[in-house]
Amino acid sequence: MSRKTLIPIGPYHPLQEEPELFKLYCDGEIVRDIKWETGYNHRGIEKLSESKSYDQVFFLVERICGICSTSHPFAFANAVEEIVGVEITDRTKYIRSVIGELERIHSHLLWLGLACHFLGYNTVFMWAWKYREPILDLFEMITGNRNSYAMFKVGGVRRDIEKSKIPAIRREMGIIRKKLDLLTGAVMDDPVIHARTKGVGILTRQDIIDYAAVGPTARASGVDIDVRRDDPYAAYPLVNWKVITAGAGDVFAKTEVRLLEMYESASIIEQCLDALEKLEEGNIALKINEIPAGIGTGRAEAPRGEVFHFVVSDGSNSPARHKIRAPSYTNIATFKKSCIGQTISDATISLAAVDPCYCCTERMAAAYDSSSGEKILNANELIEISMKRTKELRKSEAGHE
Amino acid sequence: MDTEAAINKLTGKFSDEIAGVTLRKGKRAIVTIRPTSLITLSEYLFKSEGFRFIIASAMHTRRGFEIYYHFSLDADGIILSLHVILDKEKPHIESLSNMFSASNWIEREMHELFGIDFLHHPNQEKLLSEGNWAEGVYPYRKEFK
Repeated sequence: MSRKTLIPIGPYHPLQEEPELFKLYCDGEIVRDIKWETGYNHRGIEKLSESKSYDQVFFLVERICGICSTSHPFAFANAVEEIVGVEITDRTKYIRSVIGELERIHSHLLWLGLACHFLGYNTVFMWAWKYREPILDLFEMITGNRNSYAMFKVGGVRRDIEKSKIPAIRREMGIIRKKLDLLTGAVMDDPVIHARTKGVGILTRQDIIDYAAVGPTARASGVDIDVRRDDPYAAYPLVNWKVITAGAGDVFAKTEVRLLEMYESASIIEQCLDALEKLEEGNIALKINEIPAGIGTGRAEAPRGEVFHFVVSDGSNSPARHKIRAPSYTNIATFKKSCIGQTISDATISLAAVDPCYCCTERMAAAYDSSSGEKILNANELIEISMKRTKELRKSEAGHE
Repeated sequence: MDTEAAINKLTGKFSDEIAGVTLRKGKRAIVTIRPTSLITLSEYLFKSEGFRFIIASAMHTRRGFEIYYHFSLDADGIILSLHVILDKEKPHIESLSNMFSASNWIEREMHELFGIDFLHHPNQEKLLSEGNWAEGVYPYRKEFK
């Protein structure tokens, strides 16, 4: 009987931004079995949601994921609006889609950088993250926040995208297309990336159906599903775009799908901006006085796949039950199929290929003087600095017109 | 296929197993079934009709424990939820994890948080709080404070 060696990745490991433990049972270099332990970050958000008002739940679910922080409010808004039975205004639809697609671009760039970092291709890591930064600046200009934008509410959005802000977004879309050309070339034509990702971590169509995987993970295996098209919401039925699929199901196919999806996102954003220019400013939220008793199911296509929210209302101010299914919940489970039988070095990129959702938004820290124990910067001062930066950013973007 | 046609097909085939149907706006339907019929109906939806399992939502209510099994027909944008009401004292139901792997984790999670037993589950271990939570204390039940 062969003896297997246990190689732990985690719970705290430089490869992972969030604690979770993968136990790799290896026979030499080959991974024979994997066990997964999670729950280190379980925050009981579904239970917490039952104690918050509908307005507060938006802020709560926004904190489920730090990268795609708008996808949960998106799905929650869809669910609650289904219970109320309202149709939001066209302007709101376009604003929501702009936010959703900007987020897809920055999330895919983040993944691309990390994936190349795992492969030891740090140049693309630095490039991808550098080009992601202006997208976060756009978010700061539009919403006041780089992440957790606090844009959505029942029946609308909290802030408008005024005409004065549109040229800056448009200009950035032009720039990002060129950068995407550069990144696509660097990744798709690189023989080392081909060698490291082609035929690695393959998920067959049957695996995807068995595990009910979603998003780019499913589309890279030829399963043509995308909630934006299949169960249309926001402005997606009002603009032209196509769903990107690939057939091989390996890490390379997943990279290809994500890269090409970013071009589609840029195109969706530009079409939404065209429409926003024609529509009158204002009128971005309907007045909703109460949420009646009922059941709502809301979906949204996050960068990682379908986010699903199930909300049961008893007519009170908070949900009676709120079930949340993030896309990584089904996608991560596919590691049983993609990693077993591979070498350890391929297992890491196969684990990363589904873009497991990590939380990375801790931006605020208070610094203490070690000798006196006094705070060098307190929370209020940090907020002041942050507000000052947002103002400057808005001024400089407006000056570019 | 529209939602109504999908439901008519289902109720025509399994009239004895279905206790009630609620059609809702926006291609959504809830079909209340007997807990013993779950396997038959899920198998029909998954294998014959090409539905994808999204997730299951458990609830603790005055009626007992309720589970909604959400299925999606992506080609038509339909969400069909199979709804079962389980026993108040000893909630249990047959596991779906022998049919598809997608329900493996959520059944473990429901077992852990609500104390619902999933019969014939391949591996009904705790998913989230292994070794960090008292046995027999279920945080998502209504009585938990």
